[in-house]
Amino acid sequence: MNSEVRETSKQSKVIVGAILAIWGFLTILPFLWMFLSSFKTNAEISQMTQNFLPHHWTLQNYQNLFVSGNFGQYLKNTLIITACSFLGLFFNAMAGYGFAKFHFKGHNVLFLAVLSTMMIPGQVTMIPVYLILNQMKLTNTLLGIILPGLAGAFAIFLFRQFMSNISDSILEAARLDGASEWYIFWHIIIPISRPVLAVQGILTFIGGWNAFLWPLIVASDQKYYTLSVGLQLLQGQHTTDYGLQMAGSSFMVIPIIIIFLIFQKYILQGFNVQSDK
Amino acid sequence: MSGKTFREKMTPYTFVLPALILLFAFSIIPIFIALIISFTGLDITGLGDLSQLHFIGLGNYKQLFQDSAFIQSILNTGYYVIIGVPLVVVLSLAAAIMINFGQNKFFKLMRLIFYTPSITNTVAVAVVWTYMYNPSTGLVNDMLSKIGIAPIGWLTDPNTAKISLIILAVWKAVGLNMLIFLAALQGVPRSLYEAAELDGANWWKQTLHITIPSLGFSIFFVTVTTLIGWFQFFDEPFVMTKGGPLNSTNSVALFVYQNGFQNSNFGYAAAGSFIMFAAIVVATMIQFKLQRKQQGK
Repeated sequence: MNSEVRETSKQSKVIVGAILAIWGFLTILPFLWMFLSSFKTNAEISQMTQNFLPHHWTLQNYQNLFVSGNFGQYLKNTLIITACSFLGLFFNAMAGYGFAKFHFKGHNVLFLAVLSTMMIPGQVTMIPVYLILNQMKLTNTLLGIILPGLAGAFAIFLFRQFMSNISDSILEAARLDGASEWYIFWHIIIPISRPVLAVQGILTFIGGWNAFLWPLIVASDQKYYTLSVGLQLLQGQHTTDYGLQMAGSSFMVIPIIIIFLIFQKYILQGFNVQSDK
Repeated sequence: MSGKTFREKMTPYTFVLPALILLFAFSIIPIFIALIISFTGLDITGLGDLSQLHFIGLGNYKQLFQDSAFIQSILNTGYYVIIGVPLVVVLSLAAAIMINFGQNKFFKLMRLIFYTPSITNTVAVAVVWTYMYNPSTGLVNDMLSKIGIAPIGWLTDPNTAKISLIILAVWKAVGLNMLIFLAALQGVPRSLYEAAELDGANWWKQTLHITIPSLGFSIFFVTVTTLIGWFQFFDEPFVMTKGGPLNSTNSVALFVYQNGFQNSNFGYAAAGSFIMFAAIVVATMIQFKLQRKQQGK
C-alpha cells in the first residue's frame, strides 16, 4: 500500500515536473531570444528563417546604444533617480515605525489615509501632480521625476507589519536607560528590521530602475530621460532595427535579473499576505 | 499619560511626517484637484494663466459618453479585466500548486524562472514581445509555421491585438502572484492533508477541499490587486500598439494619457480618469462584499 502511494506520487511528480519544465521554458524564451538577438547583425535578423544562435556574434548593437542612442546619459539619470529613491525607503521605514509603535492623535485616520492611497490609480493623480510640479517649476527636472514616487503606501504597510512584531519590552528597556526615540530607531529598530529592509531595498532599486510613467510625463528634454523612456524613444525612431532594440532591452533587463539572482533568497520570502488576518 | 512633555507628544509625528507630507502632496490632495479640474475646461492656455479657467459643470462627463473613442476604451478595458483577471489568478494558483509539489532544486529553479518576468521593465519586455510578434520575422509566427499554422498578425489585426497584449501581461503577472500563493500554501497545516489522506481523499480532492479554501484570503488579495492593475492597463498598449489598430487596444488609462499629455485637454482627461477611479472603487467593493459573504458562511 505504502509503496503504491509512493509510486503514484513519484509518477505525478514527474508529470508535474514535465509541465513545469515546458511552461518554464516558454517563460524564459523571450529573455533568451532578446539576449541572443542583441548579438545578431541586422542582416541576420531580417532573414526569413531565424537561427536561434547568432551566426556572427557582434557587439555593434551595444556600441550603437551609446554612440547614437544616448544610453550613457539615460543610465546616469536612472542611477541618480534610483539612488534618490532610497531616501524614500528611509521615510517609509520611519513612517512604518511611527504607525507600529506609537499611539498618537489621528493615528488611525492617518494610517487609513496612507492605505487609501494604494487604491488611487496613477492615472487620476498624474494630471494634478503634473500641474503641481508645474507650479513648483519642477517639470523637466530630475527632482520632479523623483518626488512623486518617493513615499509608498505598500512599503509603509509592510514596515508597519514587521515592526509591530518587535517586542515592546526591548523598547521600554531602552527608554528606561534614557535612550532617545531616534537612538532607538537607529540602533534597535533598523538592525532588527534588516530582513524587511533587504526586501524593500531590492524592490526600491528595481522600482527606480524600471520607473517609466513619471519620467515619461515630467521629462520633456532628452537629457533627463531615463533608460525606459529612452528605450521607448529608440523603438519609435528605429522601428525595424531589432538588433539595436534587443540590445537596449537587454541592457535594462539583464542587470535586474543578475541582482535578482543574487538577492533572490530575500525577495522570494517577502510576500506573505496571508498571515495578516 | 498627561505627564508627557510636548516634545514626547511630537515624537511620533516626526517619524510619520516626511512620508505623510509626500503622500498628501502627491496622492491625496491631487485627487481633489483632479476632481475640481474635471469640471473645468482646463487646457494648455489655462495652464499658463489660471484666470482663464472656467467651470463647465458636467460638460466633460457628458462629452465623454458621446466620445466613441472613450466608449471603445471602456469596452477594451472591460475585455482586459474579464479575460485577464481570471487567467492571472488561475495560472498563478496552478503554478504555485505545481511548484509546491516538490522541494528539490528543480522546483526551486522553476520558482525563480516564473518570477523573473515580474521584476523586469515593462517597456523592455514590451519591446521584446513586439519583435517576437512581428508577422514576418517574429519568433512566434516562426515557431507556429513549423507546426503548420499560417502567420498571424498579432499586433496588426484588430481582433487579435487585445489577446496579444493580454498574453504578455499574463506572462508578466504570474510570477509575483505565484509567490503570494506559495507563501500561503506553506501556511496550510500538514495535519489537514494527513487527516484527508487517512480518509482516502486523493490529490484532486485535497486540492479542492483543503488547499483552495485555505487560500481564501490570498485568492481575494490577488484578485483585487490584479483587478486594479488591469483597470490601469497602460504600459503594454502604450509601447506596443499606441492603442491601435483602429483603437482596438486602447485602454481607459491610455485614453487619459493621450488626452491629458498629448492633446493637453487636462479637464477632459481628468474626467475620464475619475470614471476609471469610480469603476475601480465599485469593483473593489463588490469583491469585499463577496469576500465577507464567503467568510460569513
